[in-house]
Amino acid sequence: MVWEILSRYGRVFLCGGLVCLVGQILINKTKMTSARILVTFLLAGVVLQAVGLFDAIKEFALAGVTIPIIGFGSTLAEGAIEGAKIGLFEACTYGLRAVAGGLTAAIVFGFVIALLFRSRSKTA
Amino acid sequence: MIDAKSYAEIVKEATPKTQEARTLFAAFGIGGVICMIGQAVFDVYAQFLNADEKTVSALTGMTMIFFGALLTGVGVYDKIGYYAGAGSIVPITGFANSIVSPAMEFHNEGIVFGLMARMFGVAGPIIVSGVCSSVAVGIIYYIVGVAA
Repeated sequence: MVWEILSRYGRVFLCGGLVCLVGQILINKTKMTSARILVTFLLAGVVLQAVGLFDAIKEFALAGVTIPIIGFGSTLAEGAIEGAKIGLFEACTYGLRAVAGGLTAAIVFGFVIALLFRSRSKTA
Repeated sequence: MIDAKSYAEIVKEATPKTQEARTLFAAFGIGGVICMIGQAVFDVYAQFLNADEKTVSALTGMTMIFFGALLTGVGVYDKIGYYAGAGSIVPITGFANSIVSPAMEFHNEGIVFGLMARMFGVAGPIIVSGVCSSVAVGIIYYIVGVAA
């Protein structure tokens, strides 16, 4: 039981760390901005899901690959693939539907928190 | 006058090797810890909520976005980010940070054209590329499905 939990969280730590390490190597070597890094990893998630590799990776890495923005991309593609089984309209809209929770959270929490707090260091 | 290329070379020479190793180490460690927190949130929700895996997964993402937004609001996330680099950018909490950070910065320019408009400076490209690529994937799968 204890061993199971250790191995589970160990895998999450190693895989999540590895994903971020790749991001840091990209930053160090190419001077990519954070927006480019995020878009690159998101698209990597979309592609991994579209070619059917993501589920196998997820089974091993768990949150190590779903918490990085790769997971956001894979959820988008997963929704689109699911929608494509129903019809063309669903193929186009189910991607966004699948990430509706995350996007809603990002917009609402982002708005409320930016409203409540003000930037200290940058306001002169 | 020095051109951009030789400037880059000077910077590269002046940057100590150990510093680069430290950024890699910090990105790995902090990125890994953030993912472990995400896994813990997921496990707690899976244990106590009577919900399917997709809902638990979505709630986990929303919770991590909340943490990222809140820690950005109180000024902690940017301090972590100073050391963590990609370790704080790549996880979904970094997505929340990319929304809250500019929104707070431009709060002074007004709620609508400052805060609301600037929220998506970084998140905008992410949402546009994500939604467009998911539509492309959906259409391809639809066509393949119809043809098969």
